[in-house]
Amino acid sequence: MSMNGDRPYTADEMMAVEASRRLTDDNVCFVGIGLPSLAANLARRTHAPGCTLVYESGTIGSKPARLPLSIGDGELAETADAVVSVPEMFAYWLQGRRIDVGFLGAAQIDRHGNLNSTVIGPYDAPSVRLPGGGGAPEIALGVDDVFVMLRQSKRTFVDELDFTTSLGDNVRVVVTDLGILEPRPSEDGTVELTLTSVHPGASADEARAATGWDLRVADDLAETEPPTENELTALRALETKGRS
Amino acid sequence: MIVPLSDAVAEHVHDGDVVALEGFTHLIPSAAGHELIRQERRDLTLVRMTPDVVYDQLIGMGCARKLVFSWGGNPGVGSLHRLRDAVEKGWPQPLELEEHSHAGMAAAYAAGAANLPFGVLRGYRGGDLPARTRVATVVCPFTGEELAAVPAHRPDVGVIHAQQADRRGNVQLWGIAGVQKETVLASKRSIVTVEEIVDELEPRPDAVVLPAWVISAVCVAPRGAHPSYAAGYYDRDNEFYVAWDTVSRDRETFLAWMQRHVLDTADVDGYHASLVAEETTAA
Repeated sequence: MSMNGDRPYTADEMMAVEASRRLTDDNVCFVGIGLPSLAANLARRTHAPGCTLVYESGTIGSKPARLPLSIGDGELAETADAVVSVPEMFAYWLQGRRIDVGFLGAAQIDRHGNLNSTVIGPYDAPSVRLPGGGGAPEIALGVDDVFVMLRQSKRTFVDELDFTTSLGDNVRVVVTDLGILEPRPSEDGTVELTLTSVHPGASADEARAATGWDLRVADDLAETEPPTENELTALRALETKGRS
Repeated sequence: MIVPLSDAVAEHVHDGDVVALEGFTHLIPSAAGHELIRQERRDLTLVRMTPDVVYDQLIGMGCARKLVFSWGGNPGVGSLHRLRDAVEKGWPQPLELEEHSHAGMAAAYAAGAANLPFGVLRGYRGGDLPARTRVATVVCPFTGEELAAVPAHRPDVGVIHAQQADRRGNVQLWGIAGVQKETVLASKRSIVTVEEIVDELEPRPDAVVLPAWVISAVCVAPRGAHPSYAAGYYDRDNEFYVAWDTVSRDRETFLAWMQRHVLDTADVDGYHASLVAEETTAA
């Protein structure tokens, strides 16, 4: 991981911390592997110990001591309140609307929060065949609030998706390595992802340059609170355990 | 009932079959997949929610004509290079895709197990996938709500891996159970590989028990889920998943690897011995 200028934390750490702050004690959260898992586990270790983590492999209420390496790690099952089958997870729990927050990532995102994790190029003759939607299409519509975590670049934040894998209707926030995007209505009434905060050391110009559409910037643009000592300590304890 | 894996594959899996080898990150039936490769099965339609390393191997070795799936990647690592090569470049042969979401695949298996013609769900709304796959709309006869319908999965053969069977061939698996029960019950024939045969199955919390009479063949394949794991027996081989990225990137490296560890070995014990031998040589 690269250091973030002269700041004592990395861009990934800023992303994980900022996403974790948006989870509350009451949330039931559908978690993917990588940064979302880091963010959700950090929330449980800081301000939201009651937050319930659900992994699509069927584990409900997982309390891993180390960061899982796959969504089906034994640790997730051993520490869960319940382990259910995959059909039950998607039918009773997700479609049953028992889960209120879902994290998603993607290869591409557009200004409406629609995501592509299927192909780059035409579907029938792709230049890059990506893994595919997995749980994303139904997670995107089956939870109240979708949180997206993505590093910002012109390749990823595009004017037009090559393929729409999941819809952006419920995307409430996009946490990037540069700042925070949230859906905001403009004067003409259209709602689109708008830069509402920049992380310390980043600028609105930098975020615009890393976006493939003409990125709107909020009039009340804020600066993200840097990670606290407490947040960083908890985060690094999780990461250290994950590597051992 | 309890037979060698090579006999089970020879008897129950034929060229052109629809075959589902299921396992959701846990208990992936890799040893059975390797046996399909050794016996050079061809023109298979492979079904799997989460095709990973063993499907990459089957596709790269030319066993598959079509893949029905919802997420195809190397979990936590990246792409499946053999899958990508087949889709992007047609090597070693073109691969037809039928792509679904996880929810759609799960509903299709559950419908198959329940002997229904289709699964129903709130899904496939908007986006570009519905135009590219087999999904239709049905109207609820009671409320008029429009719902998605996916054709049931009815594989010719379902293949899963479990921890234990007893001497009569009753099977028990525990931990993350994925979609394995539905796979066996949806399939015309089924093969279950197990870590070991025990005198008596000891009841466990959250276990899935499949009686012998819904299974075509039970085969002993210790460490048969490698590089995934079997709860209570061994851990996930995370380093293998990372190493597979390098092995699978290049066609010749891949073919040499498959020759050494699968084609030139007789069974799962031979496969593991060849992996140990490679480590010893490298050290």
